[in-house]
Amino acid sequence: MKKILDKILRDEIVILQGRLAPEEETSLIQSTMALVGRIKKFKGVEIAVINPGKDEEGILNKIKFRIARALVGQRDALTIVGPASLVKEIKRDPRKIDLLLKR
Amino acid sequence: MVFKKITGFFGKIFSNMFGGHKELSLGFYGPPNAGKTTLANKICKDWTGEELGSVSKVPHETRSVQFREKVEIEYNGKKLQMKLIDTPGIATKIDYEDFLKFGMKKKDSQKRAKEATQGVIDAIKWLDDVNAVVVVIDSTQNPYSQVNITIIGNLVARNIPVLVIGNKVDLKKADMKRLESAFPEYEVIGISAKFGKNMDKFYDSLFRMSKKI
Repeated sequence: MKKILDKILRDEIVILQGRLAPEEETSLIQSTMALVGRIKKFKGVEIAVINPGKDEEGILNKIKFRIARALVGQRDALTIVGPASLVKEIKRDPRKIDLLLKR
Repeated sequence: MVFKKITGFFGKIFSNMFGGHKELSLGFYGPPNAGKTTLANKICKDWTGEELGSVSKVPHETRSVQFREKVEIEYNGKKLQMKLIDTPGIATKIDYEDFLKFGMKKKDSQKRAKEATQGVIDAIKWLDDVNAVVVVIDSTQNPYSQVNITIIGNLVARNIPVLVIGNKVDLKKADMKRLESAFPEYEVIGISAKFGKNMDKFYDSLFRMSKKI
């Protein structure tokens, strides 16, 4: 978590394989909120998760995904975290993601 | 562990036998400006005659957790005693410049932003003190926001029963089908807290949810 936070504060966008646990997401929000107003121009973060396995059809495929997830964790998802001041907008829908950068 | 389960089981039986019931700590969670306070106010006004907090078009009007204890609802012959906990809207970013668009002065906007960030931190802390949650989402907005998913994910991880509310159905842009498809695992109720539309459905679902605790 500290690594992600350090990168965000250096104005970098982090792309993670897998997704953060819900508790990690809230912990990240709490940590970043505590820094808004303390660090110049820092307004918080943008988080987006793409989860391709979610739309998998067929019982067999769903079972395969669940077994794989139980063995290696949720690696099929992709998490993108970036500083709000850098990422103007993360347009998210279940299938695609667009990053529109300010600069 | 086994002893705890046995005492819990008998405790529940005796509690039901003698009519004693625990107060439901009901949290109102969601992104800013979804109508959490409007809904909490509607419930408070309906059953206590008083409102809980102020509402505004400017986001982050609720910047500290506010609650009302011993709110008793009597509906269809059933009673439910609750502690209503209205929380500040959860956001991942807060920019004081957004408040300037509403005609606020720079100093006031900066103060509001500072209080709002603390409000988000407090709202997350209060997740430890609720035993059921109403997630209020603006039905005119895109429901696939990470804030909504993070809130619901946390509630599921903590085993807290969730009721998803699509507010502002009185507005033309309201899209309940989109909201329902975003959260297919949950019962989603469309209401207008401002005009009291579908509150009967809301109370029905609230009683059903209280049984899960």
